[in-house]
Amino acid sequence: MQNTISMTNISKRFGVVQALADVEVTFTPGEVLALVGENGAGKSTLMRILEGVFPPDTGSVLIDGQPVVFGQTREAHARGIRVIHQEPEIVPDMSVAENIYIGELPRVGRAFLDRSRLKRDTLALLKDFGMADELDPDQSCERIGPAQRQMIEIIRAVRAGGQFIAFDEPTSSLTDDEARRLFRIIRRLREEGKAIVYISHRLNEVVDLADQVAVLRDGRIVSQTQVAEETTESIARKMVGRELSTLFSRRPSKQNRAVLEVRDLSSAAIENISLTINAGEVVGLGGLMGAGRSELAKAIFGYDKITGGTVHMEGKALAANNTAAAIQAGIGFAPEDRKHEALLLMRSILDNGAIVIPDLVSRYGLFDRQSAKNLVGEAARAMKIKAPSLDTQVSDLSGGNQQKVVLARWLARSPKVLILDEPTRGIDVGAKSEIYKLIDDLAASGIAILLISSEMPELMGLADRVLVMADGKITAELEGDAINEEEILLHAMPSASMVA
Amino acid sequence: MSDETLNTSSANARETFYEATAGRIGIHNMSLILALLVLLVLFGTLRGDVFFSMRNFLNMGMGIAILGVLAISQTAVVISGRMDISVGSIVGLTTVATATAIQATDSATLGIFFGILVGALAGLFNGTIITYGRVNHIIVTLGTMAIFRGVAFIISDGQSISIFNDTFRLIGIGRFLGIPMPIWILILTAIVFHIFLSKSIVGRNFYAIGGNPIVARFAGINLSRYSIGTFVMSGAVAGIGGILLAARTGSGQPISGSQGLELEAITAAFLGGCAMQGGKGSVIGALLGVAVIGILNNGMILTSVPTFYQLLAKGSLLILAVVFAEFQQNRQ
Repeated sequence: MQNTISMTNISKRFGVVQALADVEVTFTPGEVLALVGENGAGKSTLMRILEGVFPPDTGSVLIDGQPVVFGQTREAHARGIRVIHQEPEIVPDMSVAENIYIGELPRVGRAFLDRSRLKRDTLALLKDFGMADELDPDQSCERIGPAQRQMIEIIRAVRAGGQFIAFDEPTSSLTDDEARRLFRIIRRLREEGKAIVYISHRLNEVVDLADQVAVLRDGRIVSQTQVAEETTESIARKMVGRELSTLFSRRPSKQNRAVLEVRDLSSAAIENISLTINAGEVVGLGGLMGAGRSELAKAIFGYDKITGGTVHMEGKALAANNTAAAIQAGIGFAPEDRKHEALLLMRSILDNGAIVIPDLVSRYGLFDRQSAKNLVGEAARAMKIKAPSLDTQVSDLSGGNQQKVVLARWLARSPKVLILDEPTRGIDVGAKSEIYKLIDDLAASGIAILLISSEMPELMGLADRVLVMADGKITAELEGDAINEEEILLHAMPSASMVA
Repeated sequence: MSDETLNTSSANARETFYEATAGRIGIHNMSLILALLVLLVLFGTLRGDVFFSMRNFLNMGMGIAILGVLAISQTAVVISGRMDISVGSIVGLTTVATATAIQATDSATLGIFFGILVGALAGLFNGTIITYGRVNHIIVTLGTMAIFRGVAFIISDGQSISIFNDTFRLIGIGRFLGIPMPIWILILTAIVFHIFLSKSIVGRNFYAIGGNPIVARFAGINLSRYSIGTFVMSGAVAGIGGILLAARTGSGQPISGSQGLELEAITAAFLGGCAMQGGKGSVIGALLGVAVIGILNNGMILTSVPTFYQLLAKGSLLILAVVFAEFQQNRQ
């Protein structure tokens, strides 16, 4: 089976937005094509058209030169096209085996499930993919981690005869080890002659893994080249379409005055955490997923219920479990999951900005739209939010601009402490560098910053000091030259694996 | 996704926003107004002689005054992502409480005070169990719907308690500028709630909580306080509804006149643009919803639709309203 898939002359428009324009791309069997571009560049739209989620306005999908029309995802699947999504599509109530064979369960006769064959076949597949030690065919999928969920989806795609497999940001929730395993699998699929598309913001992975790289910008493919000719810098330049200034630049701004003091703080997820952050200081918080970093942030902010310890702002203890008290005392918090924890997606930029400054935008308890417009508008302009107006609904903004709305909201409050939980997750290079610059500016203006990040370069490039967490405890405090990838990883390992 | 950098003074962008908003509000409320017109034509054709009389319109106004007050506060409750099914029973309970207080003291002021107090306490009971007992709001108010009705029966011993205080009865049958007092109270309630929901910080927070409670808590909004406050408000407003009913009928009655009000109030809220998951709705929408129900009730009586079929129509209307609301939600 040759099965060369290509897309020709593809355009797609959503309302006023031209999501894709005249895209021509061919996916060669036995090759990995990296698809890169800033958020909103059109990568996901392209994959959705290929997968039959919606049709293009113009152009067509060709298999071996023959145009095909997919009315439904199912029809694309039948032709061997599979997309491994960022959020794995796994039914949590079903077993590993049932998820792998979903829709095509082996049967006895017409109506009955062939349990023994299902288990036998699944076990063979798990062995084949080196997962037999980690997953049991009969295990429920409810409590398995993101890496295993992703593997189940990959195994399902291959099992169902996938000849074209696209990976959409596959490493965003994986540890380094898990990512390395994924790369081995992708290389193997390539050797088996499958056409692979790899979508990622992590350009070092792209350079490492792909044969070709296609750069999408504003809905157009601006370049398609052999990876061997490119570097991460050259790809980043093409994505942004302009020269990237040095990503990280920090001026020394740490003052000799403690602003935030956390003493022996404990909650269901963290244990006896103590830390101090000075004015103008950026303290990084490193560690693996599940180490308790976000939970520490939520406990400090009064969102998670604390079981012991205190939080002090400029020497004064905060009322426990009270987010309003934390905000009043001058703490701002940009949570990790901005769509579910930070933003009212169906509301305007203005409403989302004004929500944390009720005292500044009201008179006698009544909302004063004009002062809200002034305050939020000023912060939004300082953040360079790209939107037609303050009344634009937040769900219409790109990921980077949504994050800027969250930051603008706190800017309008002029906080003393800012807690940023993965502030650049899922946003594009251009917006990232703006946020890095903002962090430097805020620190320079005397704000104390707690920066949670899983991206090592961010911690190394921005933090004056890095605290490493594992199993809900702080395991190391690194400063100066000690802030490097090896040291952070060493202390990020949970104690169980340290013993082993 | 426009690429222009945010510019708040852009008159062009502002215009499109106002157009869009006007369009959105317009579409929903326009369909309600259309429904009203259809009903007017329908009943006008069938019983134009009686239907289009001033007397009948004032009758309708009286009929929907209590419902209107309840529908407006129910709208606020639904905006915050909750629902209060016990309001009809609270109305019944407060008529009995008010009548008992007036019988004992012969003071209209004390009767009014006591009615609102009992309503607020009933709401506090709901709110406390929902907030601190962490029980689903629909289940709790379904339970207290029976409990409050039961208490009303126990206090009154199942009898009607007569009110002979003329001052108090003015609330129900008096007129000001030719318009019955209950309608004035409905107008006042509507204005207060309209300002509360669209202009006050607390009211805006109702929308935020209904829109996404997690985001609201991260923004420093005290969810427990709001949750209890919402039900106290709902109970107190139901108390006002009870006072209106007691003043109109001149009696406290455990069930007559207040049964089924919750169904109509919730129907009106959803007709008026509320959504099951909260975060949406308006006082103006609720008033239009109330008008639809009022005209339907009045018209069905005038055209001698049997009571049994009236119930059928009311239930269907609620389901239709929610189906319509969900349909609109999904289309967005």
